[in-house]
Amino acid sequence: MTKSAENPVLDPFEAALGVSDVKGRSPWEDAWHRLLKNRAAVYSAFIMAFIILLVIFGPMLISWESDFTDWDYTSSRPSIESGHWFGTDAVGRDILVRTLEGGRISLLVGLVATIVSLVIGVGYGATAGYFGGAADRLMMRAVDIIYALPFMFIVVLLMVVFGRHIVLIFVAIGAFNWLDMARIVRGQTLSLKNTEFIEAARACGVGDWAIIRRHIIPNLLGVVMVYVTLTIPQVILVESFLSFLGLGVQEPMSSWGALVSDGAQDMESAPWTLIVPSVFLTVTLYCFNYIGDGLRDALDPKDRL
Amino acid sequence: MIQDSGMLKHSLQRLLGLIPTLLMLVTVAFFLIRVAPGGPFDSEKLLPPEVEANLSARYHLDEPVLQQYFRYVGQIAALDFGPSYHYKDWTVNELIAQSFPVSLTVGLSAMVLAFFVGTLLGIAAALRQNTRTDYSLMGFAMLGMSVPNFVIAPVLILLLAVYAGWLPAGGWDWSIAYMVLPVITLSLPAIAYIARLTRGSMIEVLNSNFIRTARAKGLPESTVIRRHALRPALLPVISFLGPATAAMISGSVVIERIFSIPGLGSYFVQGALNRDYTLVMGVVIFYGFLIIILNFLVDLVYAWLNPKIRYDEKR
Repeated sequence: MTKSAENPVLDPFEAALGVSDVKGRSPWEDAWHRLLKNRAAVYSAFIMAFIILLVIFGPMLISWESDFTDWDYTSSRPSIESGHWFGTDAVGRDILVRTLEGGRISLLVGLVATIVSLVIGVGYGATAGYFGGAADRLMMRAVDIIYALPFMFIVVLLMVVFGRHIVLIFVAIGAFNWLDMARIVRGQTLSLKNTEFIEAARACGVGDWAIIRRHIIPNLLGVVMVYVTLTIPQVILVESFLSFLGLGVQEPMSSWGALVSDGAQDMESAPWTLIVPSVFLTVTLYCFNYIGDGLRDALDPKDRL
Repeated sequence: MIQDSGMLKHSLQRLLGLIPTLLMLVTVAFFLIRVAPGGPFDSEKLLPPEVEANLSARYHLDEPVLQQYFRYVGQIAALDFGPSYHYKDWTVNELIAQSFPVSLTVGLSAMVLAFFVGTLLGIAAALRQNTRTDYSLMGFAMLGMSVPNFVIAPVLILLLAVYAGWLPAGGWDWSIAYMVLPVITLSLPAIAYIARLTRGSMIEVLNSNFIRTARAKGLPESTVIRRHALRPALLPVISFLGPATAAMISGSVVIERIFSIPGLGSYFVQGALNRDYTLVMGVVIFYGFLIIILNFLVDLVYAWLNPKIRYDEKR
């Protein structure tokens, strides 16, 4: 009954309702409840957490090294006795360990490239949307121009020109993926900046950058979160696409795309070399897409696809 | 139609707006190749200096960079991509002319398949919204979006070609048998995406007032859908066709490689691995132009179909 002591006006209503502490639910709590009701998203989140833990800690728990070649068991099928639970590839390397270590690279690329595109996209979009006018037109025209470039081909071109370095993969993918983010953030900012609370902040003499940082960006979080969850699988896909073509990460490093490519070479004699990394890659992409869908439904109930 | 003059003006403006994009594409491609380490003639054998000078003169590598750039832009404007660095005796134009028809055949078939199957599945799901049919169709659509085509392709080859032996595992001779697997694989992600788009917009349209009016007039449901709901529901699909083409072109690179199809994508990857700069650059620019122009056409069709669009509006 502490609250009623502070605020006696509410008391009759609370008494009438038969509750003592009426707690309001913030939009974030609402969204959280909606998200928890979405079973596909919740299961996906659990599976994803499991895969991430497996990828991080799995290789430490398995006695095989990823580059150890077991000449007694080349292209051996999955079995418990040999100790290679998911089989080995053509030179006797354990598929499970290789897949888990490849997963580290795939997930890392997904995360880092998404962060790159997040930082550029939010900064660019919020600035263009907030200042508007000529600056906005110019900035968005630039986005339009870059947007029309055949992204995949330019990334391949970059790989050809600068060699296949993993940092370059992060940068190249991130450098193109921020465009969508910038467009979405700009649109949201445009509609936000005419709201009363922004006007109030401006009337109080808050500076432009402080308004962007303290009021605009926090209000963009919902959209951005949805978009980040949907960008991660896209980036993982692009990286595995490159690696599949032999233009991504190089031996001895590996990623799911490179492993699928290796597996496709040997699939007639050793189908497990194709199936194991494919399943990991697919399940990951599937989960991220479902989580992103769930978040979108939860955070923005208007826009359901 | 009063709108027509506005539309013409809008189209011309958009057409002019393409020029900076195209120029940017050519510039990026040109300077990327210039800063690339290693020239095209760094082969195992060291060439005598006279030969190297001759080669440089032949490919204009002895001129100042800026002059080379303007020469290149002029060349591209005349749609001449120059000689291939790797396939001697071939120009890039000849390589494109030889291989693009193959890619176009596969791509167009996949596009048509994706459009019809995708919209049909989307409409079916929308009409049975929140039933088991809807959920399973959308589950499959999510699967189609999530499974990369370089995973689907080997699996299909393994099942239908290697184990069942119904279809060839790869190769190309312009017959249907060689087209089935590549076309299906290439169209799956687009089918999934179009089905989801169609379902979403169809549900929205079916809940709108003019559909309620049409139903209230006593029209049979099939007429309501065909005559009234279909066109507005397909608008988002039309605008998706631009990005879909781009996605299909990059998808075709993988598909052609997996199925050993001698299309432009195969040459592109081979060129990238061989450091055949002129070929890679030529394909990037060719496909870039294609995507940019197709996007432009899709925008026009969209504007033409959508009664709500305003021409003076800046996006």
